[in-house]
Amino acid sequence: MGEGRVNRPTEAPDLLIRLEELVPMPTREELVARAETLYRDLELSAVQEWKARAPGRKAIGHMPVYVPREIVHAAGMLPVGVMGGGDQVEIIRGDAYFQSYICQIPRSTLELGLSGRLDALDGMLFPAICDVIRNLSGMWQLLFAGRYAFYVDLPQSGDLRLSADFYERELRRLAAELGALSGHPVADDALRHSIALYDENGAAVRELDLFRSKEPAKAPAHEAYLIMRAANLLPVDEHTQLVRDYLRAARASERPPLDQSRVVVTGAFCEQPPLELLRTLERAGCYIVADDFLLGTRAIDGPVGANGADPFSALARAYVERGVCTASRYDPARRKGQWLIDTVRARQAEGVVFCAPSFCDPALLEQPMLVAALDRDGIPHTAFKYSENLGQFQVIREQAGTFADTIRLWGPEASA
Amino acid sequence: MTDPQASIAHSTPTDARPAVQKDESMVRQKEMLAAHFARLAAAPVSGEKVVYTFVPGNLTELLLSFGVVPNLPEINALQSGMRRLSGDFIAEAEKAGHSEDVCTYVKCDLGMMRKGNVGPTGNPIPPPDLLLLSYTGCFTFLKWFELLREEYGCPVAMLHVPYQSDGVITSDMRAYVVRQLKEQVIPALERLTGRPYDEDALAHRLALSAAAEEDLVAVLESARSRPSPIDAYFGGVYYLGPIFSAFRGTEDGLAYYRCLRSEVEARAARREGPITPEGAVAKERYRLIVEGPPNWTSFREFWKMFSDEGAVVVASTYSKVGGLYDTGFRHDPGRPLESLADYCLGCYTNLSLPARIGLLERYVRDYGADGFLINSVKSCNSFSAGQLLILRELERRTGLAGGFIESDLVDPRYFSAANIKNRLESYFQMVDQKRRHGASREEARP
Repeated sequence: MGEGRVNRPTEAPDLLIRLEELVPMPTREELVARAETLYRDLELSAVQEWKARAPGRKAIGHMPVYVPREIVHAAGMLPVGVMGGGDQVEIIRGDAYFQSYICQIPRSTLELGLSGRLDALDGMLFPAICDVIRNLSGMWQLLFAGRYAFYVDLPQSGDLRLSADFYERELRRLAAELGALSGHPVADDALRHSIALYDENGAAVRELDLFRSKEPAKAPAHEAYLIMRAANLLPVDEHTQLVRDYLRAARASERPPLDQSRVVVTGAFCEQPPLELLRTLERAGCYIVADDFLLGTRAIDGPVGANGADPFSALARAYVERGVCTASRYDPARRKGQWLIDTVRARQAEGVVFCAPSFCDPALLEQPMLVAALDRDGIPHTAFKYSENLGQFQVIREQAGTFADTIRLWGPEASA
Repeated sequence: MTDPQASIAHSTPTDARPAVQKDESMVRQKEMLAAHFARLAAAPVSGEKVVYTFVPGNLTELLLSFGVVPNLPEINALQSGMRRLSGDFIAEAEKAGHSEDVCTYVKCDLGMMRKGNVGPTGNPIPPPDLLLLSYTGCFTFLKWFELLREEYGCPVAMLHVPYQSDGVITSDMRAYVVRQLKEQVIPALERLTGRPYDEDALAHRLALSAAAEEDLVAVLESARSRPSPIDAYFGGVYYLGPIFSAFRGTEDGLAYYRCLRSEVEARAARREGPITPEGAVAKERYRLIVEGPPNWTSFREFWKMFSDEGAVVVASTYSKVGGLYDTGFRHDPGRPLESLADYCLGCYTNLSLPARIGLLERYVRDYGADGFLINSVKSCNSFSAGQLLILRELERRTGLAGGFIESDLVDPRYFSAANIKNRLESYFQMVDQKRRHGASREEARP
């Protein structure tokens, strides 16, 4: 589905080699600038351009946290991540639909829809992550009647086999509907191909994730975030290339490490923090070595691996068996917080920053359990809330700075 | 939900308010609940197993067929709210690190637990032997029982109920729930009790449920009469106490609804309005539909704001969170597990927004309502998210006046009496104006 980049023709390998020698590779700054342009592209002009390149193309939006983008791709359509309006949209109409005690992302998403900014989308997917996004799916049906909407009911049974069977049926139902919408029924081979492309993307994303954990000075969190977030708008193969290009450029960059504290940030899996918040944390003395931003890009631990298998079954089993832990999923394993402790250890983090959106039920209900788990293991932590349109960062900067200083100067015991 | 009048009276013994008029059904319900809480408290001695579960999608008949005692944390929380205990419990939970942003039922329950787990009737609530996480229409339930699991370390049986996003129950959805019942829930109950699953015992209880449901629907539908002999919101939560809690599928439950139905039918025959804690509503001036749960911390005050104006709620959606019987569903002893699955799938908060609006529109029409009102509670996104669209859409479809007030379930900090009263008074004026406008249009018609 995706198109090769201008300087990377896909049909002539010899020419590709020669061109690579001739055309300078994009610099890190250029790559980040491109990603930031996409981040600010709330009009979805990138999607409009993609659709304009061939007649009949369709694009399907989806809310966080996770949807099976492979199915959308296999139906010949572009999956487009819709993460609200961030700090770039003035909410006029959206506020009229939500009370003050409901989080920000549904109101800014409605604002985008009602103001026509999502007109490039031919449908929307709403994953089962919380009551607000669930009810938003019904609001969408009413406010955008005639446009396709699908509620992806993710499995929550404590039994993996039952969950996988349920989810496989759900995937087949989605595939049938998307196939009918696009006019390209989802064939098994097409889905295997899509899964392979997303597996490749997942591998690149994980490589970036690990690299920035090892060398956070060379790949700061706010840059890595922008590169990852470009997955919302780019065709999967283009995004994979962007990640690889950024990795190459970041590895080659010369940025000396600073005396910063290594922290894991958690709680931001749905409504995304403003970019300035990430910069603030970094300026306050934190290296973010792991996080749950944009969790849909790495919601499954490892490749799905559908070669030779039934691709629907493979996708369902991968999500059920290897889907990453997050607050919106029931945790049948009775190891609440163990994934967080494991992440802290694996990334050699010195502390955890709980960074959840205001009024986010899953994250805020989960937090006391994670705090208890960290306390048992003597891992320092601090907590604050944000909304995607937050504009004042001074308090957070002071709090994060104090936290980073404390664990850097006196070690975990001082903050625990 | 359970004997509101008695609860308030109990909490304010020196109050000079008029004595509550008590029908036989009220006395009966009070006795049933007292006996239930006493049985619950005695469980550690009697050896009966205690299973915590939730109201929407509860599997009471199945639990009772295994001889276990259900405990419903939401009921405890709302009872604590009515007895003015919830504020302290919530503060206790927030002190322990729970966010001010999240569901106050959860915090009330956790705070109660931290303060010794003494229930609303003063009896201790024993720890659970099993958490039955029947997961219907509310994601917070999932987190709530994860929190309790951390505290109690007991087994959990999970039942994931798919969402009716397209407004229908498909055979796949039903089969998935039935399979979970067979492969997860029933084996967990067998392990807990050492008793095998007894489908005949379950069917017997489902037959009792169906008969009680028939009487309950007759009670709810009595509100079509003018004047309505019941208040289907404030009074409704009282009527629903037994069927939402531990008494569905019991002889006591059946007897209660028989009794209630005869009382209500007698009131209807005498053309009497509903009984409130302040006495019977003398003149029905406004017939309303209400969407959303009530506030429990100032329940009586809240109700009085309506009854003083002659406003009677003739249908409500909150009274459907524990089952949507007035659309025809009945538990079916002929297909026990399938019927339990349909019950879980059909609860009100498991309906899509378009289906909820459709139901409300039907209530407006069927009950001859003068208007509809939304009580939006801060604690419950399952209800609240989308209610402003419901308001707009219903106004558009019915042409009636819609009102919107905000409060909370059991957090007393979010009940602003003066503000709500002001809004209600403005709302009633709006209904009057619409009526006058409608009447003058009628007169002007050739």
